[in-house]
Amino acid sequence: MLVLEKRKVPSRFWARATPLLAVILTMLAGGALFALLGKDPVEAVRTIFWDPLFSEFAFYYRSQILVKAWPLILIAVGLSLGFRAGIWNIGAEGQYIMGAILGGAVGLAFYPAEGWYIFPLMILAGALGGLLWAMVPAILRTKFGTNEILVSLMLVYVAENILSSVSFGILKNPQGFGFPGSRNLNDYAASANMDLIEGTGLHWGGAAALLAVMLAWGLLTRHILGYRIRLSGEAPRAARFGGVDPDRLVLICLGVSGALAGLAGLFEVTGPAGQLSPDFNVGYGFTAIIVAFLGRLHPLGILLAGLLLGLTEVGGGIAQQNLGLPSASIKAFQGMLLFFLLAMDVFTDYRLRFRREEAI
Amino acid sequence: MSEADGEPPLLVVEGLTKAYPGVLANDHVSFSVAHGEVHALLGENGAGKSTLVKMIYGLVRPDEGRMMLEGRPYAPHRPSDARRAGVAMVFQHFSLFEALNVAENIALGMEDPPPQGELSARIREVSVAYGLPLDPERIVGELSAGERQRVEIIRCLLQNPKLLIMDEPTSVLTPQEVEILFRTLRKLSAEGTAILYISHKLEEVIDLCENATILRHGKVVATCNPREHSARELAELMVGEILTPPHRERAELGDVVLEVRGLSLQATSHFGTSLKDICFSLRAGEVLGIGGVAGNGQDELLAALSGERPTAADTIRLNGQEIGALGPNERRALGLLAAPEERLGHAAAPDMSLTENALLTGAVRERLVRRGLIDWPRSRAFAKRITEVFDVRTPGTEVPARALSGGNLQKFVIGREVLQRPEVLVVNQPTWGVDASAAAAIRQAILDLAEGGAGVIVISQDLDELMEISDTFAALNEGRLSAPRPARGLSVEEIGLMLGGVHGAKVEEGADAGA
Repeated sequence: MLVLEKRKVPSRFWARATPLLAVILTMLAGGALFALLGKDPVEAVRTIFWDPLFSEFAFYYRSQILVKAWPLILIAVGLSLGFRAGIWNIGAEGQYIMGAILGGAVGLAFYPAEGWYIFPLMILAGALGGLLWAMVPAILRTKFGTNEILVSLMLVYVAENILSSVSFGILKNPQGFGFPGSRNLNDYAASANMDLIEGTGLHWGGAAALLAVMLAWGLLTRHILGYRIRLSGEAPRAARFGGVDPDRLVLICLGVSGALAGLAGLFEVTGPAGQLSPDFNVGYGFTAIIVAFLGRLHPLGILLAGLLLGLTEVGGGIAQQNLGLPSASIKAFQGMLLFFLLAMDVFTDYRLRFRREEAI
Repeated sequence: MSEADGEPPLLVVEGLTKAYPGVLANDHVSFSVAHGEVHALLGENGAGKSTLVKMIYGLVRPDEGRMMLEGRPYAPHRPSDARRAGVAMVFQHFSLFEALNVAENIALGMEDPPPQGELSARIREVSVAYGLPLDPERIVGELSAGERQRVEIIRCLLQNPKLLIMDEPTSVLTPQEVEILFRTLRKLSAEGTAILYISHKLEEVIDLCENATILRHGKVVATCNPREHSARELAELMVGEILTPPHRERAELGDVVLEVRGLSLQATSHFGTSLKDICFSLRAGEVLGIGGVAGNGQDELLAALSGERPTAADTIRLNGQEIGALGPNERRALGLLAAPEERLGHAAAPDMSLTENALLTGAVRERLVRRGLIDWPRSRAFAKRITEVFDVRTPGTEVPARALSGGNLQKFVIGREVLQRPEVLVVNQPTWGVDASAAAAIRQAILDLAEGGAGVIVISQDLDELMEISDTFAALNEGRLSAPRPARGLSVEEIGLMLGGVHGAKVEEGADAGA
């Protein structure tokens, strides 16, 4: 009989090995999925993981991986702080949209003025948009004890409706021939989120993501706030005993993750997406949840996990184009990654043992 | 005894061995129990007592060894086998449904219950016969811990057991309730029912039992008649080392350091106890012992004093300053420290290292944080100092708290507060689940602290402990605190009445029924 037995001390080996194993298992199970869809599994998996990095068009794909990875990393770093404290912001997608709308609106308000101060103001507004949207579940939780998972998630759909409304309404491009969507912010010099080094995919959002990784790392290892975040997640009663105000922590964690998601939205809408449109968001806020867990809620892990997910996004896109794989199968593939990671996670705290069946 | 009559013993246990991963819980344990004998199973926490009785009751299968009941091989596969063979057990933690009444609860535990009316009549009969006052129609949720235990005992007695196993039965009882229980057990024994009595309370064992088997680290280290030994000798057999009783120079008490007036606090959950109008004052150098049966507001009192649950500012004064509305760290800065009962999850974070746990309460007074940044070397040094001064056995300061044994972690938790030189220290159950030598060290630390001029409040269910170290004694009952009295010269009866509140009234009733 198989039994799970709690380890006295969590295994360091398994804590590090599970992400790798999860990737390998995802390749195997994903391969099986693709085979069932009638595609060559080896070629499909190779297309997703290998081609973006080393094929003949890799020079283009590589910068695309980064462009996909930055928002994921930026959002996931913020989410990981809350997740560590047991505060579950599932609505980063909504905060991402609201950051993009508020930041974008500030830029559009200045159009066509030129000035160095416009982009920084948009960044502030973007962070503010995400922060305010995250404050709704935060305040409802601290004042009325509502569940932040439900509230933040439902606010995603509200945000999507607002986005659609402004794209057709007040933020619509007056010279857009009636098409929905705002002016192109990337074409407007004062608001354009340019590559810092041309052609590398490292835009301002990338710089922000790298900065967020470093700051979060310092926060968690050196700062008392990071300690309190970890403490609250691991032992809420001990945290209260240690003087942590749980309500304040909810406000801080949701606020920070909301602001970072808002920033990601702003950098996306001024860069790769270019304009506010009903479908400029492609689910980064949700995928970032996978990134946060795949990265073990650790800033450096999240950096790597973000790059990996960026890779599967780009690789998945190639596979769709070249092999005709349905886009849903790529989403399922990414979902498998989280599934296997969480399943393998059991071995960090438990060991598997075989035990003789006892006669009854 | 019956063996002298040539009758075989009721239960013979031979070479029982049970290994769990990493620990040999029972190592070739052998002993025997005669008909009608009250046999004590003594040992510290983790000595293997529970594993042993679980094997006898059919909850755990032994790896090796055999048992004989009334001269026949006995190998129960499950508790119902044991019950059919005449072995019954009263557990330390009751398994009762609070919403049901006594008779319904008892019926649920029976394989083939008679109709309610008949069962109620039998419950009344047994309860009168054995001096265990209990109304079968009452809802279990309204019963005291002692009364709930009676439900479990009567459930066992209805099966007419030959052997009754009792696991730490007195840990939840007031002294008066203990008296009632002992009268019942003696009566049962006189009628021929053998009792296997598990305890680590030596005075009780000496009082009640004719024979004792002492376990240490899973092995039988002695079998003796407890009445021929002093409590201290038995304790040393259990622990395997010489124990020195706590010692303290009685100093004059100083000024009032902590004053609590009219402290009331609503319970946070349905199962909590609200504090009602608590008043006391604590002087420098004083140890105030607060006794009471579990669940009478101990956790709430600690939370109110530590600052986890702030109240109106003027209900608590430290050196004259109103601190009722302050949080835990603000109170720490002023010199009021606390150590909660629950080690893992409340006093310490299980998965965090000892260094991180030292930071948990030491951040303020030990200046481990500067401008928001944690001084890790300083925190590590503080953790190391705790482990050294308080003899915490650990491979280092970077192991997680949950890797430590209960006693070692408790020494760490108490040491962490004591080393911060509190003006007032509040501890809840300082030696709960801790082995005897660690308990002695912890009590000594508390006394040393008081001798150094701090005021100490010890909340405990262990009356012997409180009598040993307290200057003044008060009892918590249903969230109310009795007026503190000098601990010296308090008789067991007086303490029992202070503790019991309404339960005290039942003593008379019990005495009548027993007569």
